[in-house]
Amino acid sequence: MTPPPDTGLAAAPERSIFAQEGGGGALPGWAPYGAFVGALVFAGAVEAALGWFTIALMLVFGALLSIVAIYAWSRTVEGRRRAKDRAITMAIATAFGASMAPLISLLYEVIKRGARGINWEFFTTTGRGVVSGGGAQHAIVGTLIITGCAVVISVPIGLMAAIYMNEYGRGPLRRALTFFVDVMTGIPSIVAGLFAYALFELFFGPGIQMGIMGSIALSVLMIPIVIRAAEEVLKIVPDHLREASYALGTPKWKTITKVVLPTSFAGLVTGVMLATARIVGETAPLLVTTGVVSSLNTNPFQGRMQNLAVYAYNEYRSPGVMKQASYDRAWAAALVLIAIVMILNVIARLVYRRYKTEIR
Amino acid sequence: MAHFDTTTNAGQLLAAASGGRRRRGDRIFSNAAVIAAVTILALLAGVAIFLVTEGFPAITASAAELPKGESFLDYVAPLAFGTCLAGVLAMIIAVPLAVAVALFITHIAPPRIALTLGFFVDLLAAIPSIIYGLWGIFVLGPAAVPAMKWLEAKLGFLPIFAGPASITGRTMLVVGLVLAVMILPIISAVAREVFAQTPRKLQEGAQALGATRWEMIRTTVLPFGRSSVISGAMLGLGRALGETMAVAIILSVSGGVTFNLISQANPSTIAANIALNFPESSGLAINLLIATGLVLFVITLATNFFARWIIARSEVR
Repeated sequence: MTPPPDTGLAAAPERSIFAQEGGGGALPGWAPYGAFVGALVFAGAVEAALGWFTIALMLVFGALLSIVAIYAWSRTVEGRRRAKDRAITMAIATAFGASMAPLISLLYEVIKRGARGINWEFFTTTGRGVVSGGGAQHAIVGTLIITGCAVVISVPIGLMAAIYMNEYGRGPLRRALTFFVDVMTGIPSIVAGLFAYALFELFFGPGIQMGIMGSIALSVLMIPIVIRAAEEVLKIVPDHLREASYALGTPKWKTITKVVLPTSFAGLVTGVMLATARIVGETAPLLVTTGVVSSLNTNPFQGRMQNLAVYAYNEYRSPGVMKQASYDRAWAAALVLIAIVMILNVIARLVYRRYKTEIR
Repeated sequence: MAHFDTTTNAGQLLAAASGGRRRRGDRIFSNAAVIAAVTILALLAGVAIFLVTEGFPAITASAAELPKGESFLDYVAPLAFGTCLAGVLAMIIAVPLAVAVALFITHIAPPRIALTLGFFVDLLAAIPSIIYGLWGIFVLGPAAVPAMKWLEAKLGFLPIFAGPASITGRTMLVVGLVLAVMILPIISAVAREVFAQTPRKLQEGAQALGATRWEMIRTTVLPFGRSSVISGAMLGLGRALGETMAVAIILSVSGGVTFNLISQANPSTIAANIALNFPESSGLAINLLIATGLVLFVITLATNFFARWIIARSEVR
């Protein structure tokens, strides 16, 4: 470590400490944006001149070029270390842009292609008795029933388990639960489906498929998410609230139901909604457990039941005579699914922001 | 002032006063909590037990009895290879991007818009896998065809780009890209959390010494977050290994074991193979698929344990 030459600093105190590195000036505030736009324009112009212009290539080359450009520019004005900082900042920002590109492309395509298949028929008719065409009413109803049953199974179990872990648990059972909830989070969805199938096959014989089996498979996936979310919000309820309640002579179970749960209510609702959003689009476990069917079935305890995700898969996989119409319906189902997921996500966050209890 | 005996257990006193009713309420409620806890353990044990009992007939069956005429190990080995190849490929693509996304949100983007950006990254995680599958086959696959032809022409001497390049885009490379998009939010969520927790005094100390932002990130944020990023990557890998629908839709499979990422002939993955074959199977074929599901379960468990082990080890230090 050599101390910086103090002559330089003393002589020119207004210059930056990077002065010693060479350069010593500073780029204007718009420099990164300027470099990026300039690089894009340059890349586009070169490609156009060569005759193979595409937007994707322009973005790729432009991004790479902008990193080099900002480095060279900063190197001459600001010195080596600043230049490296700027180049890496640019690289991280473009990597972020590259990571968001699929999301934008995906939303754009789903909306564009899905809109073609969305019409009145899509929501009001089923696929029963039609060779080609029909709607997805049976799939929408099936999705609501299967997901609803899964929520009804998962929320009480998950919530009580989280209460156990946070309020009661100690010793080996608690440790085991913490560990195995982690394990459960990692179960692949198809394995959850196979489990539900294997369970029911034992009692009902091979080939059994019904709505409730799908709900049980989804519960295996949903319970650990609910526990994680509930544990998180129960943990932040401060102990002095519980102690104040005990001091008034309130028994523990009433303290939990009247003090702890209301305090964390908004967080719990948000957690359940996000967990629901995670399972509502599951396909693989339902393909195995609820099967493919083209008519409406509202009884989860008997017979196959269609749902939106499997419907979309099936319209893609075995399209009708009018291939494009089938694909359109697959995309329409995807659009409805994404809308459900987004609405659940947004409402969950609004609920949290609006109703969360201020804890001081 | 009345004398108040502080040694008396107030709870007991009150319980006695109300005739034990509240104690019964306590007992019922705590029992319900314990039952829920035990149910979860039983459920997980059930997953393992039912997979083993239903898969066992296929594992012990001779090659001739099984539908494909090959033994269980011969059947599952290429699938396990394809599963690991797709998963590792996705992880290699996703980890650097996820770290960049996390750094961008925590340290580079203005704090005011960082929250919104975080919300969009989380949305990526919420999109159902079937939609990624449709996007992969209809949008990304066709778009990747020229790029893969270019790779074959320029880098064809590498075994992974040996080609012949697929003309439909239903290749392992596209699957890896789609899986990478799917696991990126998982890894970046973990990385984001730990990067944001880097002690302020370390960061400010580095900057007080004259470090640029990148030097500060390199010397404080990245070392602090390293083990969490590794474990996040393993969690993402676990997710990619078990991913079903996107692979089932996109990948064109032939069953052979190959590292060639851009050709039409790819090894399938365990999960995709189950989804593709389950609806048309019966009898021992079902047992065979469940047995492969058991193998997948074991692989993902091992990956997750490894991730937890890394976290636990770094917490001790």
